[in-house]
Amino acid sequence: MTDSGRIVVVGAGHNGLVCAAYLARAGRDVLVLEANHQVGGAAVTRELVRGFKVPSVAHLLQLLDPAISRELDLERHGLAIAKPALKTVALSERDEPLVLDGNRVESGPVSAADRAAYTDFIDRMRRYATVLGRQHGRVPPRLAWDSWRDAVPAGLIGLDIRRLGRTDMREFLRVVTMPIHDVLEESFESPAIKGALALDAVLGTKLGPRSGNSVFTYLHRLSGANVAPALPRGGVGAVSEALAAAARAAGAEIRLSSPVAAFVVADGRVTGVRLENGETIAAAAVVSNADPKRTLAGLLGARHLEAEFARRLHHSRAIGTAAKLNLALSDFPEFRGLPAPLRGERLVIAPDAAYVDEAFNPAKYRDYSRAPVFEITIPSIADPELAPAGKHVLSAIVQYAPYDLAGGWDAQRDAYRDALLGVLERYAPGIRKLVVAAEVLTPLDLERQFRMGGGHWHHGEYTIDQFMMLRPVPGAAQYAMPVAGLYMCGAGCHPGGGVMGAAGRNAARVVLEGASR
Amino acid sequence: MRAPREHHLQTVRYTPFHSRTSAANSLNLWHRWRDHTVSDAYFDVGLEYTALRNAAAVFDLSPMTKHRISGPDALAFLNRLVTRDVAKIKPRRVGYCVWCDDQGQVIDDGTIFHLAEGDYRLCSQERQLDWLLTSALGFDVTIREETEEVAALALQGPTSCAVLKVLGLPGIENLAPFAMQSFPFAGSELTVSRTGFTGDLGYELWIDPAHAEVLWDRLFEAGENHGLKPMGTFALEMSRIEAGFIQAGVDFLPADRAIRTDRTRSPFELDLAWLVDFKKPNFTGRRALLEEQRRGSRFRLVRLDVEGNKPAKDAYVYDSKRNVIGAVTCSMWSPMAKASIALASVKMPHGAPGEELWAEIYYQKELKWSRVNARCRVQKGPFFDPPRRRETPAPGR
Repeated sequence: MTDSGRIVVVGAGHNGLVCAAYLARAGRDVLVLEANHQVGGAAVTRELVRGFKVPSVAHLLQLLDPAISRELDLERHGLAIAKPALKTVALSERDEPLVLDGNRVESGPVSAADRAAYTDFIDRMRRYATVLGRQHGRVPPRLAWDSWRDAVPAGLIGLDIRRLGRTDMREFLRVVTMPIHDVLEESFESPAIKGALALDAVLGTKLGPRSGNSVFTYLHRLSGANVAPALPRGGVGAVSEALAAAARAAGAEIRLSSPVAAFVVADGRVTGVRLENGETIAAAAVVSNADPKRTLAGLLGARHLEAEFARRLHHSRAIGTAAKLNLALSDFPEFRGLPAPLRGERLVIAPDAAYVDEAFNPAKYRDYSRAPVFEITIPSIADPELAPAGKHVLSAIVQYAPYDLAGGWDAQRDAYRDALLGVLERYAPGIRKLVVAAEVLTPLDLERQFRMGGGHWHHGEYTIDQFMMLRPVPGAAQYAMPVAGLYMCGAGCHPGGGVMGAAGRNAARVVLEGASR
Repeated sequence: MRAPREHHLQTVRYTPFHSRTSAANSLNLWHRWRDHTVSDAYFDVGLEYTALRNAAAVFDLSPMTKHRISGPDALAFLNRLVTRDVAKIKPRRVGYCVWCDDQGQVIDDGTIFHLAEGDYRLCSQERQLDWLLTSALGFDVTIREETEEVAALALQGPTSCAVLKVLGLPGIENLAPFAMQSFPFAGSELTVSRTGFTGDLGYELWIDPAHAEVLWDRLFEAGENHGLKPMGTFALEMSRIEAGFIQAGVDFLPADRAIRTDRTRSPFELDLAWLVDFKKPNFTGRRALLEEQRRGSRFRLVRLDVEGNKPAKDAYVYDSKRNVIGAVTCSMWSPMAKASIALASVKMPHGAPGEELWAEIYYQKELKWSRVNARCRVQKGPFFDPPRRRETPAPGR
């Protein structure tokens, strides 16, 4: 740290806010610059239409690090849970829905053998996921293991795997790179279970259930403290508001509507930022919550990087496939076979694994799925303040809708919305008539509105080749960038996105250590 | 010429001078240089070398890889690519340079020809298009390989300027080292740069391939009374060792080909510190080279004056305590230095000028092997460096 000591955090996404809060609590002079007019990045609640508020992008909370809630005292800063531990209800056009509660099949069209197998499967996967979970709070080692500083953390990963015990270790190593489809085929016979689990494995990725690595992405989902997601009161945006409150209380300043145009580089060091309005702000360190490509190739510029590093970054995969459908509804939609007590749970449309795989196929060829998978919440049931009395908001993540759609999204967004409503209509007849307002956010819209490169929710695919010391790319995986004075703290860093906050917390630690080279 | 997509199918290529080089090659000694058929020697290696050092010689360097780099960011791109400050290479000037990978290890060396504002030619030993395109990410620059679009001859030696005067290039003697100038020639344009790979006064001649043969013919007419001879790669190799120039794949392993990290060399380790400019903007390898400067280099390239008359081919190099500290990368009996000379790579801290080292030389006489441990002295500067190489106006007779 030099002279002024001010640290500029670029982007008030949840990781940026976490990082800012920790830096401010450590006594640093912190300024957060956010391009949008509210904090949260993609963890944001917006008014869809007068009186209807909806979590615009992320809508569930599952991976938020409990240490962060505790250390930043987020409850005191306004974080409340409207509904914890949501059940998963897999909808069906014909049968009764499948209801999954934690590691238990509550009801549904599955065999007795599968009921037992499900509990065993979830417990087993949770054990495997501890290997990933133990890495969340660690700064990944560098791949050049020429010092103990790097060799020890690398060895710890091996030790974590070894700690699973002989049987689990062998099984973990066997399945971790496999397609979830193969593991599901080994474990279950009922299509409904396989469909619901296949969806969990691939949500937010450009993977199908038959893609390698989809067990790994499933384990990532289970690697936090909670086996099931929760609905925060006020939508996921309320998490960001609580984080912002915690950061402000610690002394951080947050400036909204202040998009950064570029970093200022002098003598091979980032010395500040230039805003789009031309204003320049000096900084002893800049911490970017933006995605890696925007941060390094965009705001910094490839010319300040090494050529091979720039190529690696260029080839890192970040093509978003998840779209968001937000609806304001005049009444509660009646889903086929869905009993009233389950209305506020997590509803999914993924009747079997083959359906999920076929939904993925068009994305490979830059087309969107006509029979997509859905993850639906109706948060206004548990949190009535989101909508006027008797009315509701529906929030759905829909796959697959590739960022690089052939022909472009601007010409096809309306047709896509109609296609989605058509699918919903089959599961909830009459829903179209209830729609007061509809918002479709394709990956292109996510890029435009939330500046996520490629519209990728996790700022880059979360697969083993882009995991930990490979995330986003070797040479940038320890939060400190190759250019002095620059750090990253976003979902593009270890341990990724999903409203975890761990990247922001780890980054703050590195900044405070002054580990910049 | 095949379509670009089928480029790889054409495995035997001839240079634009082939009709002339094949007529002159009475030894029928050839080798393959980037798929092109080039002469190793024409009539006698020793005599070709003697012509080069005492009169003038012509070498067909058409197969040398040439890249055209242009566009608004051409200078910024080149400055990020190579270790020296390209802004200092003014239009119509040429600069020797090296470029490194992210770890500061040399990928290749070459020459940058500043043809016009924002328009450069980069000549290199190895094909570099992949690395150039990689390095172009984020730059507004156009890069293409133009190896086959330009025919080139090296005209080197004490009488080379005189030959060009006879050829009819007015004022050629005033062309400074590393400068270039174009002349109308046989209905085309001949570009002459005062550059070369022999360490002597010399020029390189650049022309469109359609005019290659007429250039060759006129050059030899002009050189008739100045001892001009064609020379092949063997004679060129001798001259470049005497001049102390390094060659990719011989004196260093191009970093992009290395599997083992200790096999590559940084510019500092190749005695090219003068090419590394930390004051200019960022370039690939800068951070690693700064770190190397702080921590010290692993190796040093040295020029050895080897006792006796045996070329120290592939010899191990020992210190005075009989520890192996390196190896010879190229060696020869130098007629100009009247000595056995060698380039070698040795471990630091060895190799300071004046240090006494030993070369373990194996040599053969009529299939019988013998061994000698020859005392070597680390030499400062090249073995051959005549003042005329730098004089302007150049000696014209």
